[in-house]
Amino acid sequence: MDWTWFHKFGSPPHVYRLAGLLTPWFAWPAALLILGALYGGLVLAPPDYQQGDGFRIIYVHAPSAWLAVMIYAVMATAAGVGLIWRMKVAHAVAASCAGVGAWFTVVSLLTGMLWGKPMWGTYWVWDPRLTAQLILFFLYLGYMGLRASIDDTSRADRASAVLALVGVVNLPIIRYSVEWWNSIHQAPSVMKMDRPSMPFDMLAPLLAMLLGFTLYFGAVLLIRLRAEILRRERNASWIREELT
Amino acid sequence: MSDFFSMGGYAMFLWPAYAVTLLAIVINVYTARRDLQQARAEARRRLVAGRPSTADASDSALRVQS
Repeated sequence: MDWTWFHKFGSPPHVYRLAGLLTPWFAWPAALLILGALYGGLVLAPPDYQQGDGFRIIYVHAPSAWLAVMIYAVMATAAGVGLIWRMKVAHAVAASCAGVGAWFTVVSLLTGMLWGKPMWGTYWVWDPRLTAQLILFFLYLGYMGLRASIDDTSRADRASAVLALVGVVNLPIIRYSVEWWNSIHQAPSVMKMDRPSMPFDMLAPLLAMLLGFTLYFGAVLLIRLRAEILRRERNASWIREELT
Repeated sequence: MSDFFSMGGYAMFLWPAYAVTLLAIVINVYTARRDLQQARAEARRRLVAGRPSTADASDSALRVQS
């Protein structure tokens, strides 16, 4: 089997250039999908039979919560690859994930509070789903704090990778919390085994939003990754060719 | 139109939720682009300055040969 493609992904100049080329292919579809989904979710979708127009918070809440969890999975996978194959670029990917992930964890918590107040009568309860999501935020903070506290980059990479991998335990807890425990949080509407429990004009904007947010994260990650590679490779000779 | 903005009485919860999300989207693009520009500017400065300073010389096997 030809493994040259794998080695290319270990080459910082190759990844730096590739990331630059790919960024618009993520950014523009993301912008179009999110704008379309905004119109679909706020205007075209019918009000919910129980929650009225309040349900429309789902179009920002669910994609943010999805990003919070998905970014952590990407971060932990990259950290694991970096740890096992000693791949510097993978560590750079992991390091580039944390800040964005922390941001969208906060957004998912805040939009959830704003949804909880009118529907549950309270901004916050120590519910399994909500608590696990708060722990996810602390995991991101711990990961960034650990990185910041170690000066040597390769030591920071290894230590933070171990933390990221340990924290993976929290992901299935977030996912299945509403099924394992008696949660106040509503059950999944889309990602479940049988058909989604939504009519098409409610569902389509949500799916577009989920895909749009995912592509948006791809674009932001690629930009952050290029900055991270430049900082790490600041003494490498390829930078001269790249910048002149 | 005012029907749209009142969101069936949920305006005071719905619009802040959308605003917070939009803010996060904009800030993350802004900081990512700013970081990349700063990293590029820093790399250019080092190229103009010539050899990397001795403090960084051990960082990478591949050094700028000037």
